[in-house]
Amino acid sequence: MSELISLTAAEAAAAVRAGELDARELFEAYRARAAAENLNAFTWVAAEAPEADGAADTPLGGVPLAVKDLFCTEGVPSQSGSRILEGYRPPYTATVVERLLGAGARLLGKTNQDEFAMGSSNENSAFGPVHNPWDRARVPGGSSGGSAAAVSAGLSPWAIGTDTGGSIRQPAALCGVVGLKPTYGACSRYGMIAFASSLDQAGPLTRTVTDAALLLSHMVGRDARDATSVAFPGQIELPRAEDLKGVRLGVPEELVGEAGGVEPGVRRRFEETLTLAERLGATVEPCRLPHAPHALAAYYLIAPAEASANLARFDGVRYGLRVNGDADLVAMYERTRAAGFGAEVKRRIMLGTYALSSGYYDAYYGTAQKVRTKIAEDFRAAFARFDLIATPTSPWVAFELGAKTTDPLAMYLNDFCTVPMSLAGIPALSLPCGLSEGLPVGFQLAGPAFSENRLLAVGHALEQAIGFDSGAARR
Amino acid sequence: MSGPPARYEPVIGLEIHVQLRTRTKMFCGCEVTFGEPPNTRTCPVCLGLPGALPVANERAVHYGVMIGVALGCEIAQRSLFHRKNYFYPDNPKGYQISQYDIPLCRGGRLGDVRIHRVHLEEDAAKLTHEGHSGRIHGAERTWVDFNRCGTPLVEIVTEPDIHSPEQARDWLSLLRTTLRVLGVSDVDMSQGSLRCDANVSVRRAGTSELGTKTELKNMNSFAFLERGVRAEIARQIGLLQSGRGVVQETLHYDPRADRLTPLRSKEEAHDYRYFPEPDLVPLVVSPEMLAAARRDLPELPADRAQRFERELGLPADRARELAFRTELGDYYESALAADGDADPVALANWIPALVERIGSDVDPAATKVTPAALATLASMVSAREVSRDAAREVLTRLVEEGGDPRAIVEREGLGAIAGEEDGLAEVIERALAADPAAAEQVRAGNMKAIGPLVGFVMRETKGRAEGGEVTRLIRQRLGLA
Repeated sequence: MSELISLTAAEAAAAVRAGELDARELFEAYRARAAAENLNAFTWVAAEAPEADGAADTPLGGVPLAVKDLFCTEGVPSQSGSRILEGYRPPYTATVVERLLGAGARLLGKTNQDEFAMGSSNENSAFGPVHNPWDRARVPGGSSGGSAAAVSAGLSPWAIGTDTGGSIRQPAALCGVVGLKPTYGACSRYGMIAFASSLDQAGPLTRTVTDAALLLSHMVGRDARDATSVAFPGQIELPRAEDLKGVRLGVPEELVGEAGGVEPGVRRRFEETLTLAERLGATVEPCRLPHAPHALAAYYLIAPAEASANLARFDGVRYGLRVNGDADLVAMYERTRAAGFGAEVKRRIMLGTYALSSGYYDAYYGTAQKVRTKIAEDFRAAFARFDLIATPTSPWVAFELGAKTTDPLAMYLNDFCTVPMSLAGIPALSLPCGLSEGLPVGFQLAGPAFSENRLLAVGHALEQAIGFDSGAARR
Repeated sequence: MSGPPARYEPVIGLEIHVQLRTRTKMFCGCEVTFGEPPNTRTCPVCLGLPGALPVANERAVHYGVMIGVALGCEIAQRSLFHRKNYFYPDNPKGYQISQYDIPLCRGGRLGDVRIHRVHLEEDAAKLTHEGHSGRIHGAERTWVDFNRCGTPLVEIVTEPDIHSPEQARDWLSLLRTTLRVLGVSDVDMSQGSLRCDANVSVRRAGTSELGTKTELKNMNSFAFLERGVRAEIARQIGLLQSGRGVVQETLHYDPRADRLTPLRSKEEAHDYRYFPEPDLVPLVVSPEMLAAARRDLPELPADRAQRFERELGLPADRARELAFRTELGDYYESALAADGDADPVALANWIPALVERIGSDVDPAATKVTPAALATLASMVSAREVSRDAAREVLTRLVEEGGDPRAIVEREGLGAIAGEEDGLAEVIERALAADPAAAEQVRAGNMKAIGPLVGFVMRETKGRAEGGEVTRLIRQRLGLA
């Protein structure tokens, strides 16, 4: 069985397709692990392996897939980590999940997450925190912490998550797996329980860059049900690059300098990786993103503003939790939302409501949008000189559970290096680049819109050279 | 006239919501229907289920552009959808998708009223409150029907160019005809596909500053609009005359009591926190879309009235009377086409006579009177084959039983008599003999006295003689011509 688990998803799919591996046996191996896990990574696990269903003839070969809770999956709990949606089973399936299942992936389970994807540690889940497989006393990152932990611990061959300001990349970094946030619009958002509509993107969390490419290749594409989705130019290709000849990497001073508060151990691994990139043929030079330090401030206005409207539908009228209002409509709204939402969600709804209020809109939301435009312009200017931009994914390795729960601002700093790319709508990849204090460190690469193939190719070459051993977490 | 005292001038602007007659809803594929069982035309999008996303309906955009073009608006090449945030059970997402600072259309004019803006949005669900209050407060239960939720709406906002309740009613009627001709809506006020709110203020005549306005809702017929606005003007003038000010508020018109009551402000006082809808891309109207809207534009009532005036020589009032009710204009033009020799002005004068007989809410095309029959009748009058009075009698018969006016005239012996061969001179002789005093007065120059003589002749000929001709012949006989 352990041999099965050690296969990458791409290897497992190939084996099923070649008739060397039974898809149900593979599914059952993972299902048993997911059902017995003690990381609290799953909020729901499939009760049994699917019927023999011709998986061998599909591109993804019946390989089991863990899906972040917030993707709607017909008939299966989809709660977005919230008490207000406890037990909610949607009548339809998200486009991205539908596509992956259509390509032969099999739904293994739903993974734990920060409530409505708001958090960087997974401690904001109504269903309890997730533990980091590398150290159970530490957080897995968030908000896609369940997906990252499940892949890291070998509870699932691969998973999908969503990234609004770093929610795929940061937990991938903290759990030692690969995470990719695609270009905004590359993957349909239809059926993703929204946090911040202009930022949310689905993406893969996998053991290898190749797995990420394989999974992503069946996620992208225009969806008539999502007006903001676009046709991906060309296709996602499986990466083969072994060197980085001619690749120009820019390192933004604003993100990796003092202001970012990068830990020394993380900085060392980051710099070693840059040196490795140079050895593989890349050029590495400093670059400027002058407005990037303002990204967090802009993000914490735009995302909560959108969230304040997106979460208004949870009113107790049609689905989810309802607390009786004793015949008073407003009391029903207030009691339902008071009981159903956690503290961080309430904090952001209030922030966002305030930022959109009459008289404050221009100063807050309006200004934040201008900053967002400036940040996107910074990246455009940088990409005129550089192919990709490199930063640490997170300034820190995984921290202890409870270490930052009392200080929201410290928690928000997790996303210092990931939020600028989200605001600019550009793709970014995090891959493990070594350990610090025995915990994984993430290396982030960002490129222009629709440069996913480039990111995957460069990521693949680095991955081969780094030779990160993820096996330790998969016992 | 129960108009306001001359020293106050009402200032009225209208906000009209029009349900578009598209096959599907504004942001999802659910069918737009009326009268289906509740909650049978819904999907994750219009129910506001978690994860569902809106996609704008192309047809609704096309209709919006057509309305903008028809009203002479400037069409924005790029407009935005916004979220309008408020909590209410008829609003499943917690926000309505509407347009805000960059609407689809700006400016424009219809008749004598300027258009401020036209924008696209979605309708709310329908609430039914159980219990005596008729509102959600105090209701025992409230039922929500999401069939209506997401129906495409166009909101048309006028400038405050209306100055009387009658003008408000007439203008809304012109707007309705225009929208009906465009084919974009059922424009039925009783079914809610046309809804009108009014912003009303009054000011001292001769001043240009606007007074404090109130917003009137729930005027779901033309008559209620007129009555509601009239009641509000009177209420505001009363307040001003007694030295109290008008308070800006939203009022609900109760047609049964003819009274205006303030809506509870707690659920209505909102900061809507508009912001651009991130789930939709900007609405771009390409030159091709604009061309398609222009191509689909039929002749509009105002243009038709102008054509009736210019090409057919109708007086302005008559031209508008026919053009502003599409079915009358259509009937009139069919009649003209049926008789190439018909005099357009004379024929037009017969339409009101027909309407008077069939009722103002009946389409003449649905009656027994064919357009050709009316044209024939009008021509017979013009050719003096039948007198005007007799023709009215023939028209009444046509309404009752249809058929050919010539046959009716023949059968009933209603043909015109004029001159010697018809024995008219002989009847005139009898009239003069019957009332020699009147004859004498006329001879002496008192033309008022001719009335009884003409009346005698008309009675004797059972209306077959033409009154004007009879007058002329009497004057001639008495040596006055």
